[in-house]
Amino acid sequence: MTEKTPKSAAARRQFIFDSAKMVCGVGMLGLGLGLYAKQSKALPALALRPPGALPEDDFLGACIRCGLCVRDCPYNTLVLAKPEDPVTTGTPFFTARNIPCEMCDDIPCVKACPTKALDHGLTDINKAKMGIAVLIDHETCLNFLGLRCDVCYRVCPVIDKAITLDLQPNQRTGRHAMFLPTVHSEHCTGCGKCEKSCVLEESAIRILPPKLAQGSLGKHYRVGWEEQKKAGGSLIDESKMLDLPDRLPEGAVLPGHYDPASGHTEAMRGMAGSEAGVIPSLPPGLGGKP
Amino acid sequence: MSQMSNKQRIGAEAVETKGWFGAHKWLILRRLSQLSILTLFLLGPLAGIWIVKGNLNYSYTLNVLPLTDPYVALQSLLAGKVPETLGLIGVGIVLLFYFLVGGRVYCSWVCPINMVTDAAGWLRDRLGIKGASSLSAKTRYWVLGMTLVGSAVTGVVLWELINPVSMLHRGLIFGVGAAWMVVLAIFLFDLFVMNRGWCGRLCPVGAFYSLVGRWSPVRVSASLRSACNDCMDCFEVCPEPQVIRPALKGEGKGVGPVILAPNCTNCGRCIDVCSKDVFRFGLRTNNPASTIAIVAQGAKR
Repeated sequence: MTEKTPKSAAARRQFIFDSAKMVCGVGMLGLGLGLYAKQSKALPALALRPPGALPEDDFLGACIRCGLCVRDCPYNTLVLAKPEDPVTTGTPFFTARNIPCEMCDDIPCVKACPTKALDHGLTDINKAKMGIAVLIDHETCLNFLGLRCDVCYRVCPVIDKAITLDLQPNQRTGRHAMFLPTVHSEHCTGCGKCEKSCVLEESAIRILPPKLAQGSLGKHYRVGWEEQKKAGGSLIDESKMLDLPDRLPEGAVLPGHYDPASGHTEAMRGMAGSEAGVIPSLPPGLGGKP
Repeated sequence: MSQMSNKQRIGAEAVETKGWFGAHKWLILRRLSQLSILTLFLLGPLAGIWIVKGNLNYSYTLNVLPLTDPYVALQSLLAGKVPETLGLIGVGIVLLFYFLVGGRVYCSWVCPINMVTDAAGWLRDRLGIKGASSLSAKTRYWVLGMTLVGSAVTGVVLWELINPVSMLHRGLIFGVGAAWMVVLAIFLFDLFVMNRGWCGRLCPVGAFYSLVGRWSPVRVSASLRSACNDCMDCFEVCPEPQVIRPALKGEGKGVGPVILAPNCTNCGRCIDVCSKDVFRFGLRTNNPASTIAIVAQGAKR
């Protein structure tokens, strides 16, 4: 900047004026860029990063937009964002509904990455967390309608772990089962095969960022029955438990009611597999006697 | 400059004395370099011949040679992220190469935007567009500083959000999308708003490579400056005209003939357009304060 010393007052004025002009201009450009950078950290929910990708905030600082992961993806799953895409320009992403991740055993995309944008510590693709599948629409999912579509469950590379079919009685017919696809977050890699293969016009199951899909228990929360299992028995002295009168009408029975004093549970309507006894009128196959 | 209107086209005299090829030698070599580098990158996606993978930000050649853009890597570093080993090796190779041949060799021999801004500069000259609006050639250093500080503050590789150089190069290789609009904007900016505005005043990539080549051994030297006939063609054709004067007109001030200014892109156009062969490529160490003796020697031979 100060290659020559301004000689006169006028020259000095001009010099200061020019410098101020330049600093202001560059400052405005920087402000714009900074705000744009902040915006760019908001990755659209349906744009998924490659396996092993750092959280979005860190990813945009580490990824140098070279496209090597895109080149080494054998299924053309990954693409580099173009300027008009809602994803930060030049960064890799995929859209599960177009081409999902095939979960290669050797994870070539991660190996190709020259930075730590894709974590080279990820060597088991089953540990990837590209997102979490969420059966987001219970109103259109064919299995929720009582049909046996099961496609998302069948295509899942981690079948019976990441997605299971949970039996529920079909309240509509009163005599059939519903096989509800249920995602288990600890096993789901977010590959998107389920979203891709959902037979509906718009997929009822979608891969969402974990942040969007998952709740989080308070750190101080303890789940009683798990603590009980860990301790190998009740955590309190149950014999000293005070049992208040139930104040039910004489002879009345409350289905599902647990009486701590006697340890007896009244039979409950419905729920198959519950500890309560089954109702004899249940149709065959749902716990009723054939 | 005031007689520009009735002046011959730049380099006309050189074409007369050296022939068309002689007067365009370095320009042709430069275009060949730019196009063949682009071709190498395009062979993979277009023809399935994978010699080079990636783009100018990082590339991997024949699964042996990593090359990383040190400016992008520096921004990433300031954002708190260290590249993997291959990425770091790539930074080292690129820094060493451009330190040796001249930092801004990147700009004039490799960068794809150079062809865009050169085209704009050529057309501006042909159309006789004179523009008064101008920015200091130092602006780019401020932009460079801003992107580095900005990367540290935001944790994002900041300039890559809008860098037209990587947008164009990546666009050509991975699909252009709306990147052509950014490139067109640069072309029109250089054509109508500011002569040599992008590469010569604003682009922080060029500013970064200027710093890389601050002490580069390979430089253009006005070794036959005593033969200069003040035709001004070199000033007209040079993308960074301010770098020529100290070397070309330095005889009386005891300044050597080597163009030491780091903004010189080593493009060699001054060598091409000079009918008196004043310029040539040389080493920065070969920089005697007076060149009269050299001329005398040359005359004897």
